[in-house]
Amino acid sequence: MNLAQEGETRQTGLPVARALPLSNVSNALECIDVSKRYGQRWALARLSFVLPAGASLLLTGHNGSGKTTLLRLLATLLRPTTGRLVLFGQDGVAERATLRPRIALLGHTSFLYEDLTARENCVLLARLLGRPASEVDELLDRAGLAQRADQTVRTFSAGMKKRLSIAGLLLKQPQLALLDEPFAALDPSGIAEMEQHIRSLSRAGTTVVLATHQVEHGQTLCTERLHLSAGRATLA
Amino acid sequence: MSAGRPPNLLGATWVLVRKDLLLEWRTRARANALVFFSLATLLLFSFALGPDTTILRRAAGGTLWLAILLASVLALGESFRVEQENAALDGLRLAPADARALFLAKSLANALLLMLLGTVILPVLAALAGVTLVQGPGPMAVVLVLGALAIAGPGTLYAAIASQARARDVLLPLLLFPLLIPALVAAAKATSLVFEGDPMLQFRSWLGLLAGFDLVYWSLGFVLFPRVLED
Repeated sequence: MNLAQEGETRQTGLPVARALPLSNVSNALECIDVSKRYGQRWALARLSFVLPAGASLLLTGHNGSGKTTLLRLLATLLRPTTGRLVLFGQDGVAERATLRPRIALLGHTSFLYEDLTARENCVLLARLLGRPASEVDELLDRAGLAQRADQTVRTFSAGMKKRLSIAGLLLKQPQLALLDEPFAALDPSGIAEMEQHIRSLSRAGTTVVLATHQVEHGQTLCTERLHLSAGRATLA
Repeated sequence: MSAGRPPNLLGATWVLVRKDLLLEWRTRARANALVFFSLATLLLFSFALGPDTTILRRAAGGTLWLAILLASVLALGESFRVEQENAALDGLRLAPADARALFLAKSLANALLLMLLGTVILPVLAALAGVTLVQGPGPMAVVLVLGALAIAGPGTLYAAIASQARARDVLLPLLLFPLLIPALVAAAKATSLVFEGDPMLQFRSWLGLLAGFDLVYWSLGFVLFPRVLED
């Protein structure tokens, strides 16, 4: 990761996090002076960093520091208010349609339909990806949900929903995996499995961005670290 | 695991229609609520218009479509509430599902629900107002199909807009009802002609207006829905 030191607040009132963005297709992420505003509140303020393809970035920060906003921006689900995002050499806004097949997000919310079964949720994703539905059973087995595959998600605990979401992420085989609090709601064995999945993704060359408060877990899984504080980046 | 080829627009639409219909089937209580709401609306109209069967017969076409239109607000709003639970819509955007396929699928599923609703409440209306299908079931089916499409196309677009607003339940009818006036008039007139006969041969004109309305608003929805979803 390439991150320069913070600068001072400019006349705009925005805090400044100066950086050295280098446009390069070997970078998975180039976040260039990116800000995001919700109403009057700046969730991210002039954030800049680059992350090489295949690297893994630990994103830390207090609640409300902008971690989830940054992940949703990187997932192309949000537009930056100002600045530019480049993912795999492509513009993160103008070319989001071509980028999305390469990106997966494990978010706070599960992205699941409560009234569909675990299998139906995965088959829906498989069909949209053009993948054979036969892959779903193997993934549900890997996620430890084979016994509950035909039960509706509404009957699942938060941990089981998290397991099902990771099954969906693995089905997609992304080049960029964005993980927002992946250990939340998981029991110890679930946490160990999640760590295993993240290591597998990294070994397969997937660029991983991991946001978590469980820094001890994250540090063993990531090569880079970025700390956010009130939407500003600091070297950790 | 093998790399796959994503489906084209029609393929994605089919996948999403199946998902929407499966969700409707799983939560049949919602469809039941729509039916009972529409039946209550028909009863209220018949009480409000009084016991005169001539007036009831004359108003039958409009009564049918007002009952469907009022129920559609519930159906359209609910169809996006399902997508917002667990941010499932974001999951589809990221899958990625073509936003135009999302529009087509959601609109078709809503239209099918409204057609079914119209079919279910039609016999009740016939009993209340003493009307019969003078022109036969074929023309009535055509009016139901075109009328349901007329509500579902722009309704889905506006439901997507309203779903992002705080006052969504108020916003949707405020946006939708004025827009649907031409379609409502055409559907009500065409339905009345099915009930009372068509000596002046006006039926095709009303159907033409309804079909034109469908074409314009489905095309607009197809073009605008991706912007609504992304921006």
